Amino acid sequence: MADVRVPARPGRAAVPAGTVAGAVAASALVLSVVVAVTIGPAALTPGDVWHVVATRLGAGGALGIATPDRLVDGMVWQLRLPRVLTAAAVGAGLAVCGVVMQALTRNALADPYLLGLSSGASLGAACVLVLGATVLLPVAAFVGATAALAATLGLAAAAGRGGIGGAGGLTPTRTVLAGLAVSQLGAAATSFVIFWSATGDQYREILSWLMGSVAGATWTSVAIAGGAVLVLGTLLASTGSVLDAFTFGDTAAAALGVPVARVRWLLLVGVALLTGALVSQSGSIGFVGLILPHAVRLVVGARHRALLPLSALCGATFLVWADTLARTVFEPRELPVGIVTAAIGAPVFALLLWTGRSRA
Amino acid sequence: MSAPGALVAERVRWAAGPRLVLDDVDVTAPAGAVTGLLGPNGSGKSTLLRIVAGVQPPGGGRVALAAGGAADEDLLAMPRRRRARTLALVEQDASTDLPVTVLDAVLLGRTPHRGVLAGASDHDRRVALAALDRAGAVGLADREVSTLSGGERQRVHMARALAQEPRVLLLDEPTNHLDVAAQLATMRLVRSLATDGVTVLAALHDLSLAAATCDHVVLLAPGPGGGRVAAAGPVDEVLVPHVVDPVYGVRTTVLRHPRTGRPVLTFDT
Repeated sequence: MADVRVPARPGRAAVPAGTVAGAVAASALVLSVVVAVTIGPAALTPGDVWHVVATRLGAGGALGIATPDRLVDGMVWQLRLPRVLTAAAVGAGLAVCGVVMQALTRNALADPYLLGLSSGASLGAACVLVLGATVLLPVAAFVGATAALAATLGLAAAAGRGGIGGAGGLTPTRTVLAGLAVSQLGAAATSFVIFWSATGDQYREILSWLMGSVAGATWTSVAIAGGAVLVLGTLLASTGSVLDAFTFGDTAAAALGVPVARVRWLLLVGVALLTGALVSQSGSIGFVGLILPHAVRLVVGARHRALLPLSALCGATFLVWADTLARTVFEPRELPVGIVTAAIGAPVFALLLWTGRSRA
Repeated sequence: MSAPGALVAERVRWAAGPRLVLDDVDVTAPAGAVTGLLGPNGSGKSTLLRIVAGVQPPGGGRVALAAGGAADEDLLAMPRRRRARTLALVEQDASTDLPVTVLDAVLLGRTPHRGVLAGASDHDRRVALAALDRAGAVGLADREVSTLSGGERQRVHMARALAQEPRVLLLDEPTNHLDVAAQLATMRLVRSLATDGVTVLAALHDLSLAAATCDHVVLLAPGPGGGRVAAAGPVDEVLVPHVVDPVYGVRTTVLRHPRTGRPVLTFDT
């Protein structure tokens, strides 16, 4: 928020707060990943983590590092690192999805969870788990997310048609209400699938999935979630200027020369793809897409060019620590990380509502 | 026939489903003048502005900028970004819940002037600040839009439109919900822009305000077959009882302002 204090010296943007915040957030993320890997039942040091990573990347010899203990290597490389990195990727992706949804619907409360995407993805996943076709889980989650998004937007647009003046666009309220309806329907359908056909084991599996967890994360999870974030997340995060144009609604964006229908369609498909990919690896984790962008806006303002990358970094760090809590608080029992994000997110959300009163 | 820079809308039609909203509407707004778009609720003022702005495609008709001798510039066929550099629209009650600062809101007006993925340049900031200054709102630059009063917010929206550096300014009830001082400030700004050569078309509800500040007025009347032009021309010819009364279903008395000599409309209650 610090660039261009008005009206003095508009030429001097110098080092904007966004850049500083970005550097801090990136360092915090790297540090968090390293430290989170060391935390757990078996004590490790950051040095152990560094040695394993360096050796695995083939730089151990060059750096003169002795081959790490096999147990340490297994713990870092097979168990903790994939899990921590998956958490980071999922957190980053959810935060980006949240920001994009909030911009397009002009609603600070929009996130993939709220607009039915997560519930659609969960329904797809529950069906597949019940059928025992676990390999299809990513596909099913994506199909579910896309179908839910299509239903939400279709419902919102249909409700808007025929209005006086043909405004017809997706108003924030209509979109959120439609998302709520789709969400509820998805949840009911998921319950039905569980009720009708799940056996005891499947029930546990589906439940842990519905609450969100990265406990079983492997390098494949890292590849899917991380790849999706790198490709789709970067694409979405590069659209900051375009998202800014939606600040005062679709008409204002159109009047600024933005091809509104095309942009919204592309971005929402991007969000659905990304959410589908993330949810397939982690289950549905709430509040990350909602709380993180809120918090980041307090620091750098609402400009999307700063907000998107910073939200991604902070979302990643947040979920790394939320997952670390989830696996350590009640050791040796593990909580689904979705419970932790909800336990942190719900009070924070209430606080935001409380402090936002004066403004409304 | 229209002088260069004039905004010309011809035979504009638009239907919401089976209901015709605009029925072959012709509107001309000369350059360097303020043209008031008047008419009762439901006569299609906002729809017409949205169509002229290129935000909503019409069912038929054409919208162009007269080029005087040379071929007119077809506004509807113009690429979006070029159109957004030519013409700006200030909507009614545009608001946001997001914590956007005034300067950032005004910088949005620079969107059509820079690359699709580029950020604001120093030049963009200078233009935005100048626009804020012109709108009398430079002191608000650091405030959040959601904390502004109605009059302040209107100034910010005007500044956002000015930052587009448009030749045509479209205003949808710019004085709505404003106190009388803010209404006058808004119309003074509009008049000074017209003096600078900007073509202004403003939908207005207050007939006396229109009489006091517009050069020309276009009166739309709602009808069973959609909104159509009941009368168009100089204020003194259109804002007279035998034109106004049937359109609004009221009884009008036109007085003269003792100092300006402008018409003041009052109505039998």
